[in-house]
Amino acid sequence: MTVSAALPRRRPAGSLRRVTSTTGGKIGLVFLVVGLAICLFGGNVAPYDPSQPFGIPGSPPMPGHPLGLDFIGRDVLSRVLYAGRATVVLAVGATTITYVVGGAIGLLAGYRRGPVDAWLMRTMDVLLSVPALLVILLFVTAFGNAGWVLVLSAALVLMPGVARIVRSATAEIATRGYVEAAVARGDRTLTILRREVLPNIAGVVIADLGLRFSWSIILIASVNFLGLGIQPPLPELGLMVSENRVIIGGNPDAILAPSIVLAVLIIGVNLVGDAFVRQLDRSEGGA
Amino acid sequence: MQVMLTAEVESSSARGGRTRRRVHPVAWFVLKRLALGAATLFVVSVLIFALTAIVPGDAVTVVLGKSGTPETIAALQAKLGLDQPLWAQYLAWLSGLVHGDLGVSVVAMINQQADPSIATALADPLANSLILGFITAVLLIPLTLALGAIAGLFADRFLDHSISVPTLVLGGLPEFVTGALFIYIFFTQLHVLPPVSLVPPGASPLQTPQVLVLPVLTLLVVAVGSGARQTRLGMLEAMRSDFVLSATLNGISHRRIITWYAMRNAVANAVQTIAQNLQYLVGGIIVVESVFAYPGIGVYLVNAVQSRDTNAILAASMILAVLYTVINIVADLLVVFLVPRLRSELV
Repeated sequence: MTVSAALPRRRPAGSLRRVTSTTGGKIGLVFLVVGLAICLFGGNVAPYDPSQPFGIPGSPPMPGHPLGLDFIGRDVLSRVLYAGRATVVLAVGATTITYVVGGAIGLLAGYRRGPVDAWLMRTMDVLLSVPALLVILLFVTAFGNAGWVLVLSAALVLMPGVARIVRSATAEIATRGYVEAAVARGDRTLTILRREVLPNIAGVVIADLGLRFSWSIILIASVNFLGLGIQPPLPELGLMVSENRVIIGGNPDAILAPSIVLAVLIIGVNLVGDAFVRQLDRSEGGA
Repeated sequence: MQVMLTAEVESSSARGGRTRRRVHPVAWFVLKRLALGAATLFVVSVLIFALTAIVPGDAVTVVLGKSGTPETIAALQAKLGLDQPLWAQYLAWLSGLVHGDLGVSVVAMINQQADPSIATALADPLANSLILGFITAVLLIPLTLALGAIAGLFADRFLDHSISVPTLVLGGLPEFVTGALFIYIFFTQLHVLPPVSLVPPGASPLQTPQVLVLPVLTLLVVAVGSGARQTRLGMLEAMRSDFVLSATLNGISHRRIITWYAMRNAVANAVQTIAQNLQYLVGGIIVVESVFAYPGIGVYLVNAVQSRDTNAILAASMILAVLYTVINIVADLLVVFLVPRLRSELV
């Protein structure tokens, strides 16, 4: 892999300016901000109660209801504005746990090497040997469809990638002189990992963040779409697409609106992540 | 499965006989890879079984509902072997699995279906899924290479952007979003394709090929981007390389340089990504089938999870896991045979 080539020896500071220096990055940042704003704060500006029925199910857009009514007559606009919060909160939770646990596993494996490394990495390989969605479905089967089950199982399938990246970056850094010096002067392992290793692998880890976050969103929204996650009548983007399929002939906006919110959010995350990686590669190439 | 594994070993030793020097490492790699695959599948089977066993009584209570008395529940559990210790249940399940017996569906039993055997119930969905996956795979590979090669040849020009941007953007979206957009375009707006891909029980989707169009299209759109990106990079790299320059100076025609010199580099660059994308299809069908209500193994699995039909979940999950592993192994072996420079990394 190209991990060692991408290892940054500089702070990831000024990263926002790096991202906005490309067209894709600029568009991505706008999409990301708009998507996150709709998902996180949309509920605060929603015109109606998302659970209140107003009229004939599947009614097309009309005055007062610019996106029409959903499959049981609720206001689609209000539901879409509420629906993103659950998706984003669960995805942020999954991504955070992915990085904390996956990062710890990668650091341990890469720094200790030997049998610890072998065992941890074989375990990660097993997680990768089954389709991601299947793992989540099995966890839902075993532990029910509570939010924490979705978060933990999504984290579990995203973790091996992070662990691998952190491991190879750590293994590379661990051979450097300044780490050997820290070992020689008797620093404790945790101190070495925090002071010497972590700052030097931060760039590689952050470069991967966009990808993990968009995968978290996709996995969680997909489980909800399948009807195995968040349950009605709660509004959620994936669930909305699924439950309104019956009225696609009457009011396609009920399906299009949540799809577009998800698309804006994911495209934003991907473009920003991509722009960041490009800038990182470029600055490394020039160094 | 067994047949497939031995076939792999034979074909590889046949190849090994022809290549003189690297016989041993490659044959060794093949054996190691097969052993690793078998070990992985064993561990996966234990994990899948353990996860579904955490709620052993659930299927029975769900099915019997409020009409279930402690006696009827206990009787049904005994009939299904659920009163046995877990390891005995696992061994019974595993030996059944090896013999092609996937057990019985509790839900089908309670619904008084004539044949509650999962193997019977899964035969059609599995065939439907394999048809969907196979058609997608057959279209995916040339499409990936063609789009990537064209984008690479016209790098940073209009044609490149009009291929790279849409594939990248659409490829990043969840399958159900892409699928919903396609339904909107091709059904709601154009009225040319059905919004659901219903296939009557016992019939083949090939009799009504129009139901396959949108599912295949959705899978292609999701899977084509990353491979095309790699192909594009390989093509770009090759067209700027010294060997293409010297071929040009030697008077070899532009067309031959592209098809014979540069394309090889592009393919080599993309092989691993395409292999991963083929593997992706195994998981991707779960959502895509649900979007279009296509009666495949993905929909079967989702229904089984909804009704807590433990044996059905086990069977469908294990089949998907086996498919995933087999594609992974075949892909790894193909990579080693197709791209010599990757051998040193893998072998």
